[in-house]
Amino acid sequence: MLRYALKRLLSLTLSLAVASVVIFAVIEVAPGDPASFMLGVNAQADTLAALRAELGLDVSKVERYFNWVGGMLVGDFGTSYTYRTPVSQMIADRLWVSLPLALYALTLSTLIAFPAGIYAAARRGKPGDVAVMGATQLGIAVPNFWFAMMLVLVFAINLRWFNAGGFAGWEDGVWTGLHSLTLPAIALALPQAAILARVMRSALLDILAEDFMRTARAKGLSRRQALWRHGVRNALIPVLTIIGLQFSFLLAGSIIIEQVFYLPGLGRLVFQAISARDLIVVESVVMLLVFAVIMVNFLVDLAYAAVDPRLRSRT
Amino acid sequence: MNRNLILGAALSSLVLLAALVSFVWTPFNHAALDIPAKLQPPNAQHWFGTDHFGRDMFSMIMVGARTSIAVALVAVGIGMVLGIPMGLTAAARKGSWLDEFIMRGNDVVFAFPSLVIAILITAVFGAGAINAIIAIGIFNIPVFARITRGAALSLWEREFILAARVSGKGIARISAEHILPNVANLLIVQGTIQFSLGILAEAGLSYVGLGAQPPTPSWGRMLADAQTMVSFAPHLALIPGVAIIVTVLGLNLLGDGLRDWLDPRIRVARA
Amino acid sequence: MNLLQIKNLSLAIHDTPILKRINLSVAAGQIVAVTGESGSGKSMIALAVMQLLPNGAEVDGELRLDGQNLLNRPEAEMCALRGAAIGMVFQEPMTALNPVKTIGDQVMETILIHKAMPPAKARVRAEEVLARVGLPTDRYPMTRYPHELSGGQRQRVVIAMAIALRPRLLIADEPTTALDVTTQAQILDLLKGLVSEYGMGLLMITHDLAVVADMADEIVVMRHGEVVETGVTDHLLRHMQHAYTRMLFEASGHQVNLPVPPEPRPLLEVDNVVRDYRLPRKRLFDAPGHHRAVNQVSFTLNRGERLGLVGESGCGKSTLTRAILGLEEVQNGRISLDGQPVFTGHKPNLAVRRKMQVVFQDPYGSFNPRHRVARLITEPFHLLDTSPTGSERQDRVAEMLTAVGLSPDDASRFIHEFSGGQRQRIAIARALIIRPELILFDEAVSALDVSVRAQILDLLAELCSIYDLTYLFISHDLSVVRTITDRVLVMQDGQIVEQGETEQVFSRPQHPYTRTLIDAAPSLPEIGQGAA
Repeated sequence: MLRYALKRLLSLTLSLAVASVVIFAVIEVAPGDPASFMLGVNAQADTLAALRAELGLDVSKVERYFNWVGGMLVGDFGTSYTYRTPVSQMIADRLWVSLPLALYALTLSTLIAFPAGIYAAARRGKPGDVAVMGATQLGIAVPNFWFAMMLVLVFAINLRWFNAGGFAGWEDGVWTGLHSLTLPAIALALPQAAILARVMRSALLDILAEDFMRTARAKGLSRRQALWRHGVRNALIPVLTIIGLQFSFLLAGSIIIEQVFYLPGLGRLVFQAISARDLIVVESVVMLLVFAVIMVNFLVDLAYAAVDPRLRSRT
Repeated sequence: MNRNLILGAALSSLVLLAALVSFVWTPFNHAALDIPAKLQPPNAQHWFGTDHFGRDMFSMIMVGARTSIAVALVAVGIGMVLGIPMGLTAAARKGSWLDEFIMRGNDVVFAFPSLVIAILITAVFGAGAINAIIAIGIFNIPVFARITRGAALSLWEREFILAARVSGKGIARISAEHILPNVANLLIVQGTIQFSLGILAEAGLSYVGLGAQPPTPSWGRMLADAQTMVSFAPHLALIPGVAIIVTVLGLNLLGDGLRDWLDPRIRVARA
Repeated sequence: MNLLQIKNLSLAIHDTPILKRINLSVAAGQIVAVTGESGSGKSMIALAVMQLLPNGAEVDGELRLDGQNLLNRPEAEMCALRGAAIGMVFQEPMTALNPVKTIGDQVMETILIHKAMPPAKARVRAEEVLARVGLPTDRYPMTRYPHELSGGQRQRVVIAMAIALRPRLLIADEPTTALDVTTQAQILDLLKGLVSEYGMGLLMITHDLAVVADMADEIVVMRHGEVVETGVTDHLLRHMQHAYTRMLFEASGHQVNLPVPPEPRPLLEVDNVVRDYRLPRKRLFDAPGHHRAVNQVSFTLNRGERLGLVGESGCGKSTLTRAILGLEEVQNGRISLDGQPVFTGHKPNLAVRRKMQVVFQDPYGSFNPRHRVARLITEPFHLLDTSPTGSERQDRVAEMLTAVGLSPDDASRFIHEFSGGQRQRIAIARALIIRPELILFDEAVSALDVSVRAQILDLLAELCSIYDLTYLFISHDLSVVRTITDRVLVMQDGQIVEQGETEQVFSRPQHPYTRTLIDAAPSLPEIGQGAA
């Protein structure tokens, strides 16, 4: 088990290293010098040089890369070109919106998808299954930001149950914060839940065809007991993969959804940074997103081992 | 023939037809402004109504279909052309450093959601439809590489491949002659799924301004434009949304139908 | 009153008749074997008794356990009977256990699901039954997972689950088909012992007539969903009434006559061959371990000779086969054909490859489903410098198809249009088409029904006299090897432990392992004398 975890950890570190090089290299090919962009065309040469030194632009590319990576390791993401504030502070503020939103959505989608998938698999071919499958087919086809607009139209503009946008903050209590994230989370969660429910169903149906399910029935388990005791845990293996993948879709999706609800999250930060050509912010946010995806996949790998004893002993 | 296949093919061809017809005919010029006729709900003259500049929504939807289809199709092409050979090679050299290199490389690419790639490209080169194609296309590469490798690996274990090796055939020849034709069905089905995901991704990118730029019409940007007007002109948001849903639904049904029709046993990763 | 009484049982799945008016009975303490070839519907009887039939199954007739009809019982009552009154053992031990639960949990589940005893007692009972089936918990803790056990051990766990509540009836569906002969003998002994100890009735489904003759008190022979003959074992073996029964038994012990081999002249020389596989490291910084699949193997195969290679799974015979074919390089030693090495440098030697062909076990996986027969059997032409084209090619295809008993017209058909036996004929045609000096038969008849197997063996004998074949026949089936080879190699743990003239080795085995193998293989009784 330990060996398996270490091996995964090594591969995680390697992926992060490669990803950071790629991100740095792409940002490097950007035309123009951030310092002269910030100061305008009429800047004095010495002011420019001073700013370049302040931003750490006056050293070689290789050195800059290692300064960037080394800084990130200790939580220093550099200084924003536009706001002249530490990027880490900007990101930390926004993370308190984006991360809860993604987790909220992931929880919702799992809570909806598991029962729906299990229900459909247990009633394969019956009207309940057909209804769930029809709904999920539609759910997959709905763009989440459009669904978000419809939710705003119905629940904010017409029914006035929620605010149409904005984030209430966590200062007034967790509940207020969650309330303002509810519509965005639903918009993110439902299309993902549709996918997850389908995966859950088909994974369960695959398991139901396995020999050991017949063994379980021969022991005297009812169809339902066999499904719950032997089916669900085995079906979790493919389902976990999808949950891991979904996290990256949820992160990306939340960036878009933040636009619909005017949420001050990472998405807004990154779009403001793009229009202000604040490349250091873009670079750091992208690295953070990639880090999150790779990290979640690492956790999924560990979860596999928890579910599947074959992985634990195979090392 | 099954119901999914027929319905899916019908919906997909409807959208494709709209896109093709838009090259020669649209009810109105999709770019023509007509401010006095702005924000009309659907009516006899403007079937889908007009937007805040008085442009005909029906014409814009038709032309927008072109953008969606072109972006998604080219992106699937990029994914297939680069991903499939990688997957075939990795499977043929299973366990070698080359396999390891290809698949680890794909893992890294897979950690970049297409939106993130689009953000990076846009930050550096500015926005445009080409970015969307590249971003979605890059994301498709590991999808096809993985699915090809997975399917090819199980084929390499089969005895007919051993028989081909005993007949002196090399890896490249076996991959082309025996492996590829036997994974083709799976790839066609996965291609349909990626096509539909591409349509969704393109809409999302255009919505946040990372995709097609004005004056190129696109469904995603129509939705972005509609956002502030949704309370008094809901058709502006409703119609492009339904267009996206119909297209994606059609392609997904087509994919499911093709899978059942070509081979009921193949499994497709839906992610 | 019989324990299990089946009367006029008919079964159809989606209107396709599977079983037609079956009658059979099992008494307490009795072993009844149902036998027949694939498609006879014998496994459906087991599922019908369990009432675990596939969707769309329609059943008619009577199926009584202790006098109570099981057909159309409410599902809840059937659940109470399954596992408690009727236990079942399946064919495939590798997949019959849930991979993510410990064996102890899985055995205890049988007891707990029926609320037969409190958990603490259930644990004690689970330990008892595991010990009874040969897995004492001091050596095989209940916390083991299925993947940590061998196939035979897993089958013991399945049996433990089935007998944990001492059911009155045990059903075993091909319980030893997936196992090696020595393991098979142990599992059959175990089942026999359980029947006499607990007084259970055992309904055993198997295609293996030697097992049937060895185990059963009563035999039921089935064909195409019908019972063709039933009788007490001794009596039935001596007085077979039905022609099909006689054919089955004849085919099971089918003998062929091989032409006399020519004077020995070496063709294939295997000299001190070693093949290691690297094992994953056990701990992070340990040196990786090695598994020596083939260990210092040497033998010579003479021109015109038919050589057998027998051994149980994992003995290294597949690895050796792949090494001879040049599909894998060996670490040490030398394999040469006609004096030329199979590998030169690190590349397989094409000049040698064109002198060898192979026929595999699986008639379904051996062909690309997208190609027509003509293309399939001409694939080895790729090895030739100039491969025949046009009418010459067609003639060669026609000649080969005729030689293996098919029609030249079959060349334009796809593989899925052929039965398993026909496919093996096509595989032989493919192997023969470039007239190789050596053919390897890798378990080539193991997946076939006995009657088809007999035909293929006849075909081989016939081809031997026409084409002077030299072959290496790799098989786990001793009775087949005994009739189809001149000389035999016995392999165990990567080494050849005995070799010699086939008849000599079988009648006077020298090595203890060879003796174990031969003793473990159930043998067919002499039959047919008293046939009416």
